[in-house]
Amino acid sequence: MIQLLPLFVAIPLGAAFLTALAAFKARRLADVGSALATGALLVLAVITIGRQGVYPVGGFLAPLGITLVLDGFSVLLLLIVNGIGFLATLYSISYMERYTSKYKYFTLFLLMIGGMNGVVITGDVFNLFVFLEIASIASYALVAFGGEHEELEASFKYLVLGSVGSGFILLAIALVYGATGQLNMAGIAMALAGTDKHLLIAFASVLFLAGFSVKAALVPFHPWLPDAHPSAPAPISAMLSGVLIKALGVYALARIIFNVLGATPLFGMIVMGLGVLSMTVGVILAVGQWDFKRLLAYHSISQMGYVVLGIGLGMFILASGGDSVVAGTALLGGILHLANHAAFKSLLFFCAGSVEFRTGTRMLKELGGIQEKMPVTRLTCTVASLSIAGIPPLNGFWSKLIIVIATIQAAFTYPGLLVLTAVTVLVSFVTLVSFLKVLRYVFLGALPDAFRKIKESPFFMGVTIVSLALLCAGMGLLLVPAARGAILDPAIEALKQGLGYGSRVLAGM
Amino acid sequence: MVFPLCFALFVVGLYCVLAKRNTVKIVIGLAVMEYATNLFFILLGYRKQPRLADVQAPIRVSVANLDDFFFKAVDPLPQALVLTSIVIGVGVTALALALCIRLYQRYGTFDIDEMRRLKG
Repeated sequence: MIQLLPLFVAIPLGAAFLTALAAFKARRLADVGSALATGALLVLAVITIGRQGVYPVGGFLAPLGITLVLDGFSVLLLLIVNGIGFLATLYSISYMERYTSKYKYFTLFLLMIGGMNGVVITGDVFNLFVFLEIASIASYALVAFGGEHEELEASFKYLVLGSVGSGFILLAIALVYGATGQLNMAGIAMALAGTDKHLLIAFASVLFLAGFSVKAALVPFHPWLPDAHPSAPAPISAMLSGVLIKALGVYALARIIFNVLGATPLFGMIVMGLGVLSMTVGVILAVGQWDFKRLLAYHSISQMGYVVLGIGLGMFILASGGDSVVAGTALLGGILHLANHAAFKSLLFFCAGSVEFRTGTRMLKELGGIQEKMPVTRLTCTVASLSIAGIPPLNGFWSKLIIVIATIQAAFTYPGLLVLTAVTVLVSFVTLVSFLKVLRYVFLGALPDAFRKIKESPFFMGVTIVSLALLCAGMGLLLVPAARGAILDPAIEALKQGLGYGSRVLAGM
Repeated sequence: MVFPLCFALFVVGLYCVLAKRNTVKIVIGLAVMEYATNLFFILLGYRKQPRLADVQAPIRVSVANLDDFFFKAVDPLPQALVLTSIVIGVGVTALALALCIRLYQRYGTFDIDEMRRLKG
């Protein structure tokens, strides 16, 4: 199995170039080829469940060569990236009919998937930077795909902020290389394990945090997201919001801080602070929005706050030598919310795309009364809205509940953390209010004359949103012991091992 | 001594990105940031010993005196990294300039203060 690991990068990159070439002959080939490629990736991702291992690229062994590392956390992200990627491809087949040169879109789309898969499985910091840039550059171009005023403006903003973030990350990599003489993540972890914190490493950690926070759109670094996500075509909004900010932002940050540089209590507190700030500011800004997709984009910032809060809390407790079980609960909440957010937020963006596809607008005040015209979209959108607001038994409820439980457990030791519990519950409530507004304005009320003749979304788009709605309803089952042991627990263990990652990878797992 | 200067150059680039209003100047600022990092990488590989005149490019000429080669050669890894980083930088710059041109066609200006359709 481990020999198949390079395929996660090779298939999308190869398919991207073949799509671009083949499309000169037959336009349909681009659709079929991309769907086959992402479908194959999804199958591969499912095969990786429960496995781990190290693949030395070109046969050069760990501390010297580049390695691809598969562990629990990578497996979870591979499932998310390729699962949402496959559904987005299906959705694009119908949705992208509106645009010219669909094959260029699929080329960029596959490059983005390849970059994200690379980030998730690589075991080398410079390699991580290269894949991060592949995914980023493809996403800058995809945001500008419409080529109109708003798209270009949003893309330029995203490009400038994203490149500054990448600049920080590259500088941090240079500092780490200067301090340890290693680029391999396992090698760096080995070099740093058991030593005192070097000042250079602390500086590099801060640069990494700033860089990855730009990619994850945490609050002081968020201004690109509410512009870029609504401007992109709907499947790309879903990919950016559902997958890209997680793979390039949260995953990379957690991996570097937990497993490569080592967490400190202060750093855990900073990450928690960023999470709380994102949660509250994101949701406050979301309440006043009247653009459907822009509202969803602000909610993405808010929900990423939950994920980062869970991970930061786990980091803080682990680094300050607290109860490992409580830290595990916090990490479980954060990681489960990461998976859940991928499902419900991409579903919401797909629903917004379906509504825009049929009605031609995404301003909430211009919409209304389309519940009888688009029953499937209405049903799935309701499921997703209740899920993001944390209504049981949908998936969002379980992860938010676990995060709340973790903050309460942690508050036994650090009473100040009870504030977090209050904020978490409050933000969830404001989210519910905001989404009731969406449902009310989009689907209920009087039907404007302009929408008398609209139909339900096309077949492929319908299949996508229905399967995601089923996922939203069923993802609470991930907490059943069997599924949890196969998918979630290995991911938490991968983070909890800390710098022990180094010796395990060097030993070949 | 040289390393802080590198960092200063990085900050100059960052200032340019943050303070300038012209899109092309922002792209130049990004390039300055990137080259500061590249310079930092190259300087990491530099070695003072032995004397400057003896320092070799990291290309092995003969197999015979391997120890002598290791003693004199600069670190080859940062050079390889910088090559990769330059290629990535060219990609970003090309895309950024293409966006600048398209923005100029749409808005008729390079001034980012006048590109304000997105708000809120």
